Amino acid sequence: MELVSDGERRVSVDELNTTKLLAHAAQQAQQRKFDDIMIVDVDAHHYENENMGEILPFMENGVLKQLAMAGRGFGRRMLVPGQVGYQDMGGRVPRYPLRGSEKVPAGGQRDITLGLRWMDAMSVDYSCLFPTGMLNIGLHPQKEMEADLCWAYNRWLTEKVLPESGGRIFSMLTIPFQDPDEALRHVETFGECKGVTGFMVTTVRHNPVHDNCYMKVYRAMEERGLALSFHSGPNWGESVFKSCNRFISVHALGFTFYNILHLTNWVVNGMGERFPKLPVIWIEAGLAWVPFLMQRLDHEYMMRSSECPLLKKKPSDYMRDMYYSSQPMEIQDMKAMECTFRMMNAETQLLYSSDYPHWDFDLPSTISDLPFLSEKAKHNILGGNAARLFKLPPRNEKQKENLKRFGNLVTA
Amino acid sequence: MAECFVAKADELKEGERRIVIHGDHEIGVFRDKGELHAYSNYCLHQGGPACEGLIIAKVEEDLRPDKTSKGLIFNTDEMHFVCPWHGYEYDMKTGECASDRKLKLRRYEIKQKGDDLYVVV
Repeated sequence: MELVSDGERRVSVDELNTTKLLAHAAQQAQQRKFDDIMIVDVDAHHYENENMGEILPFMENGVLKQLAMAGRGFGRRMLVPGQVGYQDMGGRVPRYPLRGSEKVPAGGQRDITLGLRWMDAMSVDYSCLFPTGMLNIGLHPQKEMEADLCWAYNRWLTEKVLPESGGRIFSMLTIPFQDPDEALRHVETFGECKGVTGFMVTTVRHNPVHDNCYMKVYRAMEERGLALSFHSGPNWGESVFKSCNRFISVHALGFTFYNILHLTNWVVNGMGERFPKLPVIWIEAGLAWVPFLMQRLDHEYMMRSSECPLLKKKPSDYMRDMYYSSQPMEIQDMKAMECTFRMMNAETQLLYSSDYPHWDFDLPSTISDLPFLSEKAKHNILGGNAARLFKLPPRNEKQKENLKRFGNLVTA
Repeated sequence: MAECFVAKADELKEGERRIVIHGDHEIGVFRDKGELHAYSNYCLHQGGPACEGLIIAKVEEDLRPDKTSKGLIFNTDEMHFVCPWHGYEYDMKTGECASDRKLKLRRYEIKQKGDDLYVVV
């Protein structure tokens, strides 16, 4: 196989082999005895767009299904709004262009086989699987198409994919947030399915998360003991980002922008008071924005508390009640990182995530190698917090011992 | 100090590389513009296989004298090898990380004995 370099030069490369690519991750896992620590990756991905042939037949509405399926025969692939983006950095991250070349055994779900390969390399015991292209579903101009595509994806995922993972891959299912009635139906239908630990709102959208129309959706999740997560993303089409001329700018700002936007609405409108037992997780925006927003909101709240009368404590206190996925860890200034961990109560609120196979993934060593963390904090963040949150059992005796030691063992 | 066989000198052709493993050492050996370079294969970022990715020219921004930009261009005088995990770029001639020159991959000495190439570990 060949990759293009310098615009013209052709470079010969081998086919992709995830196990070989991540051989150094496996070395790290062995050196750090990760088998003894239960590691839960709360944000990993697959490319569901490569499975549309299996997904679309699950659509319910005959007319929408016809629209979706008919075009595929002549190459129309885009059913979810797409974006300009260069995640592969012009081939510098070759697992993007080479993805299709990786061989898997015949039969079975390719995405599960690949998922277990990288999990095993990193010594990840459980991972929460999210889509990739569908992270843009909130930009779909037709709310009924958003709902039907989410429905089809969630049926395929819960019926065909998750059951093949041997219980190691779970999901918080994408809900059609433009249609609250449909979102509620998703919670009622899929909330009890095996491998479903909650629901995910894609944050690249403009719906106000505090709107009255969503209260029944959040209540349904809370009643079922499920989690609500917000998964962020970039959007070069967003008006404010149209001035950006480089993908780095859109990517660095976009993920944090949407989480900051929706979390602000969530906190200011007292959602933490309305749904105190609903675990809320903010995903894939890194950590550096958290202390910024805590300080910013607390500062204004002290003067303008009359605008958020439901709050009984400072905005940062509500932020500390919620959970955050760890990736991408902005490990540039260790003192700043330590301060961030302290401010967000990382020991109990931070959840390790890899984001694999995306370009800026993090290995578990990004947590285990932090010099300022206690043993308890490392165990909690790598998997203990998630074990409590999602009621996940240990996979060996040593893990059980460690979960018990740090108060994270949940008996079914 | 051990000498670890890399390849026959004439088998490591221009633009090619070999990955050599000796104990705990993993070393990428490159031939670029006729010169041989050998660096640790462990990326300084998260430990990825730094020497196993794309080899690509440095990207520069072409500025006019009045500081307006003409756009981005490749500078093939400075070649980079790229860690395939996250895209960290390293200067082929120095092993320095292109985005922070203070970071530098360990460099290994290369010896040619007759027709054979060795790295010293």
